[in-house]
Amino acid sequence: MSSQPETLNNETVNAVEITDVSKIFNPGRHNEVKALEGIDLRIGQGDFVTLIGPSGCGKSTLLRLVASLIDASEGTVTVNGKAADRARLDRDYSMVFQRAGLFDWRNVARNIELPLELMGWKAAERRRRSAEMLELVKLSEFARHHPAELSGGMQQRVAIARAMSFDPKLLLMDEPFGALDEMTREHMQNELLRIWSETRITVVFVTHSIPEAVFLSTKIVVMSPRPGRIAAVIDNDLGARSETTRDDPAFFTNVTAVRNALRGDH
Amino acid sequence: MSAAMSAARTLLSSWLPPTVAAVAILGSWEILLALLRPDGFVLPPPTEIASAVAENFDAIVTAITVTGFIVLTGLLAGVMVGVAFALLVTAFRAANETLTPLAVAVNAVPIIALAPIFNAWFGILSPRSNQAVVVVLVFFPVFINTARGLARVSPSQVELMESYGAGKWRIMREVRIPNAMPFFFTALKLATSLAVIAAIVAEYFGGRQDALGNLITTSAGLTRYNDAWAAVLAGSLLGIGLYVLAVALERLAMPWYFTARRSS
Ligand SMILES: Nc1ncnc2c1ncn2[C@@H]1O[C@H](COP(=O)(O)OP(=O)(O)OP(=O)(O)O)[C@@H](O)[C@H]1O
Ligand SMILES: [Mg+2]
Repeated sequence: MSSQPETLNNETVNAVEITDVSKIFNPGRHNEVKALEGIDLRIGQGDFVTLIGPSGCGKSTLLRLVASLIDASEGTVTVNGKAADRARLDRDYSMVFQRAGLFDWRNVARNIELPLELMGWKAAERRRRSAEMLELVKLSEFARHHPAELSGGMQQRVAIARAMSFDPKLLLMDEPFGALDEMTREHMQNELLRIWSETRITVVFVTHSIPEAVFLSTKIVVMSPRPGRIAAVIDNDLGARSETTRDDPAFFTNVTAVRNALRGDH
Repeated sequence: MSAAMSAARTLLSSWLPPTVAAVAILGSWEILLALLRPDGFVLPPPTEIASAVAENFDAIVTAITVTGFIVLTGLLAGVMVGVAFALLVTAFRAANETLTPLAVAVNAVPIIALAPIFNAWFGILSPRSNQAVVVVLVFFPVFINTARGLARVSPSQVELMESYGAGKWRIMREVRIPNAMPFFFTALKLATSLAVIAAIVAEYFGGRQDALGNLITTSAGLTRYNDAWAAVLAGSLLGIGLYVLAVALERLAMPWYFTARRSS
């Protein structure tokens, strides 16, 4: 399908390249908003990058630019070396939102199979894959349940299984755990890290929570508002995570570093 | 199998309470009339209506068949036009800008008042004019409700579909149409009783002589009020039957909706 097979198999190509991007909503009208300005960002293959910043600083906008759900006003966005729109049509990435957004009219397994149906997979292969994905998110016994019968955390795990069902190279997550309680949230963070280390997928993850960003990511992008800019990029090298990571001094050092960057003093 | 069983259970649970209520109402009606003894033409007791039904049984069965056919065909056509309009209006902006004002304008016309005019168009004895009244009356609530259901989808579900590279028609099929189903069935249930009322009132002005509306007007004209009441009863049964049919269809078409409601 792709016209550029040489870049597809090239591991050194960045997962995401954002070059001098700005986004203005409703340009020239009374409700014009400058949402993003001068954004430059490179995300390598297999990175786990979080975007953090105050409400309205353009995190969701940046994610939707990468997903090519909206177009940049200036600058370029490439995914795996392709224009973002090409990458969308090639299904290079998958999204997870704050609300799980499962379809009530499909049971859990058929929700996971939705992208596979759109891609024209055969029914037997779809069945096999959704069973595998349910195992990955540990919900095998709920295959035939309807979403409304699941808790919020379980629904979000189904949404992750759906997003990963067709082996996308990139996972874009917009506050996926924002609506969960603290306990469920930590559990989901552990699950996501397990899945990430098993699959080595690239993740771009939006959050409001500093500890969540520090616990999850290899790289933290701190954003500031009006207009949305990148205030700092913090390398967050804590090694393999475990139950004790959250009590690690290095963890607290990086939490403080992110907090200071958010306040605006470096 | 389980869908059929749950539909059967629905039938039972939707029949039982109204049956109890009906028995209570009919009982107190009979007793009250026996105590007050008003003139017969005001309101006959249920037992007299029942014997009128027995006496005119053949005529009533014919009338239910004739009117039932008009109601059912008019309902089907009205639902089809309403759904087609809703799909067009949702899919094409140009359709929205032309069809929506047209539908609103048509709905603003007092449609029953058109019955005599339709008779002039289609012929005084033709059932076509009665069907036309039913179609026009049913179409609007189906159109408005279905269109709302097609439009009121969760934006993130649409974005999700777009992120999978799905086009407009795929989004229509996978997101908008399932989302509109509860809205559509609400309108359909409303439309069943509207259709019966529309057909009978239209028959007051013309159409076949053996239909329910005619039976009511001629019986009343001959001061045979018990017969008129028997025909009214037949009309109610027709309406109830169609409503129950719509409820059963709703359960069969979207079992997921009732699971969702039970647990949320
Ligand atoms: N479709 C849109 N039309 C107009 N303005 C928009 C649109 N989407 C976002 N904006 C504006 O762009 C700015 C950034 O919004 P965005 O949703 O990206 O912020 P955010 O960082 O995700 O905020 P939050 O943390 O609250 O989710 C805001 O000022 C918002 O009002
Ligand atoms: Mg946001």
